[in-house]
Amino acid sequence: MCTMIVEKVKVDGSGKGQNGWFKLEQANVSYDHPFDAPFEHALNIDFVNESQGVGARVAVELSEQAARELVKTILQVLDEAEAGGHLS
Amino acid sequence: MYQTDMYEGLLAETIAMQGANGDTINAFFARPLGRGPFPAMVLAHHMPGWDQWYRETTLKFAHQGYITISPNLYFRAGHGTPEDVAAKVRADGGIPDDQAVGDLAGAMRYVRALPYGNGKVGIFGTCSGGRHSYLTACQTPGFDAVVDCWGGRVVMTPDQLNDKNPVSPLDLTKGLSCPILGLFGNDDSSPNPEQVNQHEAELKKLGKTYEFHRYDGAGHGFFYYNRAAYRQAQAVDGWEKVSAFLEKYLA
Repeated sequence: MCTMIVEKVKVDGSGKGQNGWFKLEQANVSYDHPFDAPFEHALNIDFVNESQGVGARVAVELSEQAARELVKTILQVLDEAEAGGHLS
Repeated sequence: MYQTDMYEGLLAETIAMQGANGDTINAFFARPLGRGPFPAMVLAHHMPGWDQWYRETTLKFAHQGYITISPNLYFRAGHGTPEDVAAKVRADGGIPDDQAVGDLAGAMRYVRALPYGNGKVGIFGTCSGGRHSYLTACQTPGFDAVVDCWGGRVVMTPDQLNDKNPVSPLDLTKGLSCPILGLFGNDDSSPNPEQVNQHEAELKKLGKTYEFHRYDGAGHGFFYYNRAAYRQAQAVDGWEKVSAFLEKYLA
């Protein structure tokens, strides 16, 4: 907990965890120590459903650069989908 | 020093203990076999949780002759793998300082009550555990030595304070009643070298007994052999510093 930088956001969708797919309710986004990625700090995203216990979690730990590229790419894909008339 | 014809034996198990507010929490406990008297250590685990490294470190201290207890400071977050529990705590902005201090003080009382102790108790922590160790030693009589390994956010600015972290640990330094050993990597960003200097200056100003060691070529968590942060030479030297410090104040 050495930066304590964390934000929570409600999300709607599904995640595939250790016991298969489950309904997602929240994403916890932090910039703090990762568990596995080889960095002192990482952009960590935990997609969770707390009502199903702490194990209902899909985790990613990204470098700062990777996280920024991912954000840009997500927005680019959504823009393309919107331009193609795929967003209702 | 160990000789190959010596007998060695340890007892290690999960136990229940009373922590903050009288809550029952679990802890990993290990001790040398024999009637003692043995010194004791309380371990404050790090942000990645009550994990394998802390179990191993509990055994390491016990193997070196200490009654050792590592309370599960994330007990109240629920149960699952250490990573999943720690991820929940991380998302919730950590645990309240007064709760951590209460749990660690409870662990100290647990080992003090054992009939084979020598009456000396130290506390050791890394990362957030270093910070929690310092907070506890500053607010709780009953510790004879504290080891703070790269505890971040000991020096806090007013904008960093909140309900869970209401006071900067640095401002509690006056209450520190035992010697402190601090180990830090000069490439660390939390605490960074300037914050370590501020911490040392406060200890010096208040006349505390302290020993700070700063390591070049090391950042945060350089003891963690399972992480990229591991630095072999610095870790070996750091562990030697820990052993010598505890031998001096707890034997």
